[in-house]
Amino acid sequence: MSGAALDVRAVWKYFGDFPALRAVTLGVAPGECLAMLGRNGAGKTTLLKILAGLSTVSQGSVSVFGSEGHSSGARRKTGVLGHGIGIYDELSARENLELFGTLYGVANPGQTALDWLERVGLNHVAHARAREFSRGMRQRLAVARAFLHAPDLLLLDEPFTALDDRSIALLQRLLAERLAAGATVVMSTHQLREAMELATHWALLVRGKLVHKGERTPEILADPAWVYRNYGEDS
Amino acid sequence: MRHVLTIAWKDLRSELRTKESINAAAAFSMVILVLFSFVLDISGDAREFGGGLLWLVFAFAGALVLNRSFAREQSNDCLDALVASPLPGWALFLGKALANFALLAVVELIALPVFGILFNADWLRFPGWIALTCALATWGMTVIGTMFSALTVNLRLRELMLPVLVYPMLIPVLMAAMQLTSALLSGTGITGDDWVWVKLLIGFDIIFTSLSLALIDVILVN
Amino acid sequence: MKTKILMAMALFSGLYLVRNLYVILLQLPDEAAQGAIYRIMYFHVPGWITSFSAYFLAAVASIYYLVKRDSRADEFAVALTEVGTIFTMLGLGTGMVWARIIWGVWWVWDPRLTWAFICFLIYAGYLLLRKTIDEPGQRARIAAVVSLFAFVSVVITYKSIDWWRTQHPGAVLSFRTGGEQRMDPAMEHMLFQNWFALTAFAGVIMMLRLGQERMQRELDALRRYTHNL
Repeated sequence: MSGAALDVRAVWKYFGDFPALRAVTLGVAPGECLAMLGRNGAGKTTLLKILAGLSTVSQGSVSVFGSEGHSSGARRKTGVLGHGIGIYDELSARENLELFGTLYGVANPGQTALDWLERVGLNHVAHARAREFSRGMRQRLAVARAFLHAPDLLLLDEPFTALDDRSIALLQRLLAERLAAGATVVMSTHQLREAMELATHWALLVRGKLVHKGERTPEILADPAWVYRNYGEDS
Repeated sequence: MRHVLTIAWKDLRSELRTKESINAAAAFSMVILVLFSFVLDISGDAREFGGGLLWLVFAFAGALVLNRSFAREQSNDCLDALVASPLPGWALFLGKALANFALLAVVELIALPVFGILFNADWLRFPGWIALTCALATWGMTVIGTMFSALTVNLRLRELMLPVLVYPMLIPVLMAAMQLTSALLSGTGITGDDWVWVKLLIGFDIIFTSLSLALIDVILVN
Repeated sequence: MKTKILMAMALFSGLYLVRNLYVILLQLPDEAAQGAIYRIMYFHVPGWITSFSAYFLAAVASIYYLVKRDSRADEFAVALTEVGTIFTMLGLGTGMVWARIIWGVWWVWDPRLTWAFICFLIYAGYLLLRKTIDEPGQRARIAAVVSLFAFVSVVITYKSIDWWRTQHPGAVLSFRTGGEQRMDPAMEHMLFQNWFALTAFAGVIMMLRLGQERMQRELDALRRYTHNL
C-alpha cells in the first residue's frame, strides 16, 4: 500500500494486560475523509493518539506518509485536534498561534497568525489573553491552531462535540477546504450527521477491533443511524 | 535550538504575565527565613548555618516553581499539542528547564539580599564563587525538578509523590551547595577539601542532564 | 519443576547460611582490634553488596523494559528493587549495631552513611510511587525512569569511601584495593562464602516475590476483564 497517507498494520495496544486495540489494520489513502465510529471505550481515541504520535503501539506498526514511526517531517504535515483545546490561557490569541506556527515551521508565523485570526473571526481580540475568551472563541482558536500550517493530514478526536453552531460551520468549511486541497482527514465522532456529510469513508471500532471500513454510501447519509443498527452491538 | 528558546520564552512569558509561582515562591522563601530565625539561635552571625539555611529556602521555594512547570501544560491538554508538533522531546525539556532556571535565579536573587540583611551574612565576599555555586546547584535542582514534574504530571497523587521523590534526589546537590556556601560565607573560601563538592555538582549536572534528555521521550509519549 | 528448583535453592541457601553461622560464631577467632562484634561484618558487607547488586539488576531490567516494553522486565525490576530495599534495611541495621559498639553511637552523619540512607529514601520513594499508579503500562514506564535516576545514588554510595574521608572504614576487600590484602585471608574467604549464601537467599526471595507479582498481575487483568464483560 505505497502512497498511503496512513498505513496501520496489525496494531495492538495494551494497557497492562487489557487490549485497547486488537490487531487493527487500516489504510487511508490521500484525500480520504474517514469518519471513525464506535462506542466510548471502543479505542477511537487510543488509535488517534497513536496516529498523532502521542502514544506508542504495543505491537504492529504505523507509518504516516510512508515514514515509519513519527518523523518530524510527518509531524509537520499533521494537524491534531484532541479533546483538550491545546491553548495557553496566559498567552494572547496571536501569541498562541505564533507559538504553534513557529513549532510547525510556518514561513512567517506572525503574519500567518494574524491571517488565521481573521479567518476564525478573532482578529478584534488578537491581543487579549485566551483566558478571557468565551468557550466558542476558544474553540475557534483551537481550530485555527490545528489548521494554520495547512496540514496534509488532520487527526480530529470528536471535533464536533461541544462545539457551538458557528464553530461547527467553521470547522466544516475548513475541513472541506483542506479536503479539496487533497489533504487526508481522520476523525472520530458520535455526531453522525455532521461527520457523514464530509466523510468519504467510514470505519467502525468495536472493543478495540476494526469491524468495518468502507466507502460512505448515499444511503448512510440519508440514514446515518443505519450504521449502528447493523454493526452496533456484538453482545 | 530555536525550538528550545521558543519554549523557554513561552514559559517565561506566561509566568511573567501572572507572576503566580514566582510571587508565591518569593513570599514563601521569606516565610521560611523568618521561621528559621525562631529555630536557630542567631547571635548575628550566619557563618555556621548560613549555607544550609539558604539552600533549604531555595529548595522549598524552588519546588513551588518547578511543580508548576508541567502542571501548567495540563490545563487544556497543551502538552499533547506540543508533543504532537514537530518539537523534539529534548527541546521541550531543555526549553522548560531554561525557563525554570531563570525563574529560580530570580527567586534566589530576591532571597539572597534579604537573607544577608536578616542574618547579617556577607554573601558578596566571593561573588564569583557564589554565582558559580548557585548556577551549578540551581541547574541541578532545575533538571531534577523539571524531569520529575514531567514524570508525575499525569499521576493521581502527584502532590503527594513529588516531594517524596524529588527531595531525596536533590540531597546530593543541596548537600554540595550547602557545604560550598557555608565555606564561602565563613570567609575561608574554597579550599582543597571543598573541591570534591564542586566536582560533585558538575558531575551531578552532567549525569542528570544527560539522563533526562535521554529519557524524556519515554515519559512524554506513553 | 520450577518450584522444586526453587525449593532446592531455598534449602541450599538456608543450610549454607546455618553452616556459615557455625563457622563465623564458633570457629573463627575474634578480631584483634574489635573483638567479637567484628563478626557482624560477615552480614553487613555481603548484605550491602547483595542490595546493590539487586539495584543494579533492577536498573538493567528497567533499561530492558524501556527498550523492549516487555512487562516481564518490569516484574523483575519490582521484585529486585524490593529485595534490594530489604537488604538495604539489613545493611543499615547491622551498621547501626556495629556503630553503637565500636563508635558508641547508633548513627553519625558521615558521607558513607548519609549516602546509604539517601539510597534507602530514594528506593522507598520508588516503591511508594509504584503503589500510586494504577495503569500497569504507565507504572512500568515511569518506574523504569525513576529506577535509572535512583541508581546514580547507588554509584555515589559505593564510591563515597573513595571520594570523601569517612569515619566508615575505606575499602578492605581485595577486589577493591587492587589486590592488596588488607584483611586476614581466612576472614575474607569466609566473607565471600557468606556473600554467596546471602545472594542465593536473596535470589530465592526474589523469585518468590516475582511469582507473587505475576499472580497479582494476572488477577488484576482478570478483574479488569470481568468489568468489561
